[in-house]
Amino acid sequence: MTTSLPVTTALLYLNGVSVVFDGFRALNNLSLAIGRAEMRAIIGPNGAGKTTMMDVITGKTRPSEGDAIFAGRHDLTRLDEASIAQLGIGRKFQTPTVFEMHTVEDNIRLSLKADRRTLPTLFARKTAAERERIDALLERVRLKDQRRRPASELSHGQKQWLEIGMLLAQEPQLLLVDEPAAGMTDQETADTADLLREIAETRAVVVVEHDMTFVRDLGVKVTCLHEGSVLAEGPLDQVSADERVVEVYLGR
Amino acid sequence: MTSDRVFNRTTIVFLAIVLAAALLVPASNLLLPPGSPLHVPDYMMPLLGKYLCYALLAVSVDLIWGYAGILSLGHGAFFALGGYAMGMYLMRQIGTRGVYANPVLPDFMVFLNWKELPWYWWGFDHFPFAALMVVLAPGLLAFVFGWLAFRSRVTGVYLSIITQAMTYALLLAFFRNDMGFGGNNGLTDFKDILGFPVQAPGTRAALFAASALALALGLLACRAIVTSKLGKVLVAIRDAESRTRFIGYRVEHYKLFVWVVSAVLAGIAGALYVPQVGIINPSEFAPANSIETVIWVAVGGRGTLVGAALGALTVNAGKTWFTGVLPELWLFALGALFVVVTLFLPKGILGTFLEAWGFRRKRPAPEIIDEDGVASKPAAAE
Repeated sequence: MTTSLPVTTALLYLNGVSVVFDGFRALNNLSLAIGRAEMRAIIGPNGAGKTTMMDVITGKTRPSEGDAIFAGRHDLTRLDEASIAQLGIGRKFQTPTVFEMHTVEDNIRLSLKADRRTLPTLFARKTAAERERIDALLERVRLKDQRRRPASELSHGQKQWLEIGMLLAQEPQLLLVDEPAAGMTDQETADTADLLREIAETRAVVVVEHDMTFVRDLGVKVTCLHEGSVLAEGPLDQVSADERVVEVYLGR
Repeated sequence: MTSDRVFNRTTIVFLAIVLAAALLVPASNLLLPPGSPLHVPDYMMPLLGKYLCYALLAVSVDLIWGYAGILSLGHGAFFALGGYAMGMYLMRQIGTRGVYANPVLPDFMVFLNWKELPWYWWGFDHFPFAALMVVLAPGLLAFVFGWLAFRSRVTGVYLSIITQAMTYALLLAFFRNDMGFGGNNGLTDFKDILGFPVQAPGTRAALFAASALALALGLLACRAIVTSKLGKVLVAIRDAESRTRFIGYRVEHYKLFVWVVSAVLAGIAGALYVPQVGIINPSEFAPANSIETVIWVAVGGRGTLVGAALGALTVNAGKTWFTGVLPELWLFALGALFVVVTLFLPKGILGTFLEAWGFRRKRPAPEIIDEDGVASKPAAAE
């Protein structure tokens, strides 16, 4: 039996999503809409449901209630991680997760948008077009000189960038980025903000971040989560002036 | 890049040795006079052939453990199933030469007072059918088991435990007389294979050569898989499974693919093993056998394929020598070997050797040793 999906023009539309773990409501009737080529920063205290929200969008967690609609027609709550990734949703983890034993180049090659089925992958050959795309991506994340090194030898900041490069290689329409500035130097943080802004010119980007300087650098609409639902939404100045946000998150 | 090639240096050297052995060992056994110092005595032929089958089994385990991170502690089950399929063919070749001289029923069925051949024995008098079953029986079991396990995302130690349970369950099942596989005695007393007497020196030489060829082809198939893009996805799954999933790879399909390939290779190894040792019984399903195979792989070098084969050959040669000299100490020696290798040679014999060799050859620059042990210079630092 299929129920009709709510009509929406947003790229991503969460409608009344709740996730309950053993009686604990990690998400509580959360609704959120992200437009095409919009960048959104998500802030909120620990346990506010930021990671659970990403888990719902990427298919890792099934919500107990609510819909998650992508591009107006895909119900994400019915799909697994691989299908959702193939639809064009990329996810960056909080701690950089790259394929340590593979070279930087192979990390990108494996992430390139391509046929993901088993047998076509077995017989896949390297092509010149693929090579060009890898070059362009490595250029963009400034890892061209490192292409033959195993990813395990990269610095923390370089791994963060490699992972962003891997996301871009999938050519996603929506990127979910969990704390991209964690553990980075000030310069790296500023560069990362630039990179994300550039990416957001053509795609939607959702950034979860604790570093308020970084959020300010991004200069985008902010959503503050608290206890699994939206507490405040709007420009950073407006949100950070909100009494309740100051109360639960920013502190006086 | 070196690691992308099917024929890297280690593989070429090893294949050359195996293929040379496939020709020279049988030639020496058949053509040289017994007094010659280069003569391989008759009793050695099935023994060496057995080692080659173990080597293929080890390669099949390394494919899943070394590259996909799936630690199977039950691979002996697939080996034994391939062995039973071959054993059933060999039983049907005995014909009227059995003790009870029944043209259709194997001796144990006559003994159990069975009146007709059970349906699952039908067709085993034809070699092509039996050969198909050598591949299908382990392949199908692996497919069903893998489909259920990987789809439910059973990984790590839990998966290892259920593979143990699988082989143990089969051990108990095959012990039962009414299963129709000869109970605890298993299948033995073989006479002919493809019309040639199994014990004849010529047949043994051919079986040795076939085992060497199977090892070479199995190794090549595995090399082709691990050097393909699929092979890189396997390593990605091994090292960061959820990352691989979120990039869009359906991890369970990839695991299932190598799992089934690996089980089929193990089955072929078992099928070649049975005519050379002359018996297949339920003890081949014993969990300890499967664990021993994992030790061969660890000793030789996990994730190197050639190392797994070398590990199987050296540990088994050591076992033959040791059980001759100090039989009661063999298990202690095997345990000690595993502990020593895990602690001091985590990359196994081959991995350690290649690393040392690569290091000595190009000492000046700090380098990276890739999985083939071939040193490459890192890109210039920024």
